[in-house]
Amino acid sequence: MNKNNLLLYSGILIFGIAAPFLFPAFKVQLSILCVLIVLATTWNIQGGEMGYNSFGNILFYGLGMYLCASVQVGMFFPLAEWTESGGEKTFVHTPAQFFQGMAVGLIVAAIVPTIVAGLIGYSILGLRGHYFAICTLGLGVAAGEISGGIEIIGAGQGFTTPPFPDVGSLDSRGEFFYFLSFFVLVLTFIAVRAIYSTRFKLILNAIRDNEDKAEAMGIETMKYKIVGWMISAFFCGLAGGIMGGLVGYIDSTDVAFDGREMGVFMVLMAILGGKGTLWGPIIGATVFHIFKEGFWTFFLGWQYVALGVLIVVIVIYFPEGIMGWLREKYPERFGEVVDEKDRKAQVELK
Amino acid sequence: MDFMVFQYPMISVQACLDGILLGILFALIAYGMALQWGVMNIINIAQGDLVILGGYIAYFMYLYGIHPAWGVIVSPIIMFFVGIAIYKLVINKVVDRDLFISILATFGISILFMQLMNFAFGADVVLANSDYGTTMLFNSNVVLPNSKIFSAFISILFAICLVIYMKKSKLGRAIRATAQNARAAKILGVDTEKVYAATFGINAALCGVAGALISITFTIHPYMGLPYTIRSFMIVIVAGLGNLPGVAMSGMGLGVFEEFADYILGTEFRIGSVFLLLVLILVYRRFKLSRKREYLK
Repeated sequence: MNKNNLLLYSGILIFGIAAPFLFPAFKVQLSILCVLIVLATTWNIQGGEMGYNSFGNILFYGLGMYLCASVQVGMFFPLAEWTESGGEKTFVHTPAQFFQGMAVGLIVAAIVPTIVAGLIGYSILGLRGHYFAICTLGLGVAAGEISGGIEIIGAGQGFTTPPFPDVGSLDSRGEFFYFLSFFVLVLTFIAVRAIYSTRFKLILNAIRDNEDKAEAMGIETMKYKIVGWMISAFFCGLAGGIMGGLVGYIDSTDVAFDGREMGVFMVLMAILGGKGTLWGPIIGATVFHIFKEGFWTFFLGWQYVALGVLIVVIVIYFPEGIMGWLREKYPERFGEVVDEKDRKAQVELK
Repeated sequence: MDFMVFQYPMISVQACLDGILLGILFALIAYGMALQWGVMNIINIAQGDLVILGGYIAYFMYLYGIHPAWGVIVSPIIMFFVGIAIYKLVINKVVDRDLFISILATFGISILFMQLMNFAFGADVVLANSDYGTTMLFNSNVVLPNSKIFSAFISILFAICLVIYMKKSKLGRAIRATAQNARAAKILGVDTEKVYAATFGINAALCGVAGALISITFTIHPYMGLPYTIRSFMIVIVAGLGNLPGVAMSGMGLGVFEEFADYILGTEFRIGSVFLLLVLILVYRRFKLSRKREYLK
């Protein structure tokens, strides 16, 4: 079992490193896929394991996006002049400045959302069930609306992130962003896997199954909930920072705090793959992204209609997700012991 | 930041009156939400989109030369059947399930409606002009459009009719019984499936009325639905389920808050302040409840 796992992981790692050279035309798509997997996996920490269905992780994603780009610009040039239209033509980053700014920007983009999550966590995570869901939905939209009114980050019209510097080959932009996002993906996976093999995950599951009972057992649930949210915020911020550079343009409601697209995607991907599993969100994100990119062009202009129908169909007919379906079909593979008599009795009952 | 509103008292009066008239409309939408929340235990994210759809019905009547005020009668009738259709297609499969499932499903419906309306009616901000003129008060210092007064009056009328209907009619009694205990109601011969469908239809019809009034008094746009959902949710949690005077009061309070936020922070922060207020109210509620929980211990 262990040997198999090692083979699987190294296979995926090698494939991940080779992917941009195997499919050079899909580099941007692959980078977006990495970001989507990171978002779905981190959403799953609350939504799947902890039972707190958040619509608000988009807050950290957008925050990271704005922070990374602002730091990258603000380190070398006046930000206010940059965001006035055409700033990117007056000021040009040298390669050293670009990478330096990106590195510092990503660090800030990861740390500040984590702190924000810690600060608001105590008040927000005390809400239960649908109150939490609606509150986080409100948080995401409020962040979008408010950032759309702030002048220095471009207000409603947004601003362009620093263009990739000229370092010789034309492919380097795609490769840089692909490996960056792949690195973050690997980092996320290692972190989440490490978390899921500790007591921490069991506590999160206890919170999901019965929070009051968990509290009565002497677990300080609030502490664990906040830490769980902060882990999500850390990786969401990183993902946002990368996505900002990748898209090349930041806008308050259409790119950064895009609750209608990214904010729903991450929930949908996790549910499609199977909530509360390690591999579920990864499979869900991959399937969703392939479906989206493959069929979106057929629905040209009708994407959101398709998205709405997709949400309703998945939620109503497929709430257990792919992993849940597999688990029902092959319970032995998931280490569940099935009593043959018991199953027969159940079938007969049906 | 602009504090002109405090320096000139007449602006405050204007903002208060505007807010109250607006708040009555919000209260009507919130009443529909409280109804379905109480009866079916569902939070309908698509509530605001139903409102906007109702508004477009009135707008189209206006385009074809019929006075948009008739939309107040036509729109709820159409919206009632739209509501029943949504119930039969989607909602009846999520009624007994986890609340998050229903939130996500209605979120999907909301996205679907938003986009379909965008295709069908275009992405322009529109309004149906009612030609009602304006009323001047306090030496012409306060200007109130008659359409706002009309809409507040119609909202109150519909709310009163609905309350009487709920109290007196057979269906109203069945709805109230189902809200109290669905199982017991079923045992006693109430067709809960029919009651649920009717509840959702009535809610959609209320949204239709409110939408028609909004298209007369304000503007409508396919993407403006979500703020109405959030407002009605906020009003319901402040007032509590089944507390009609509370719904009216908190609706007006929200309207006044919004008008003042508009004057002080600027129009670009209006929607943002509504969403922020929602977060603050929920957080306040959480601390209040947690104190109560500790007290109970």
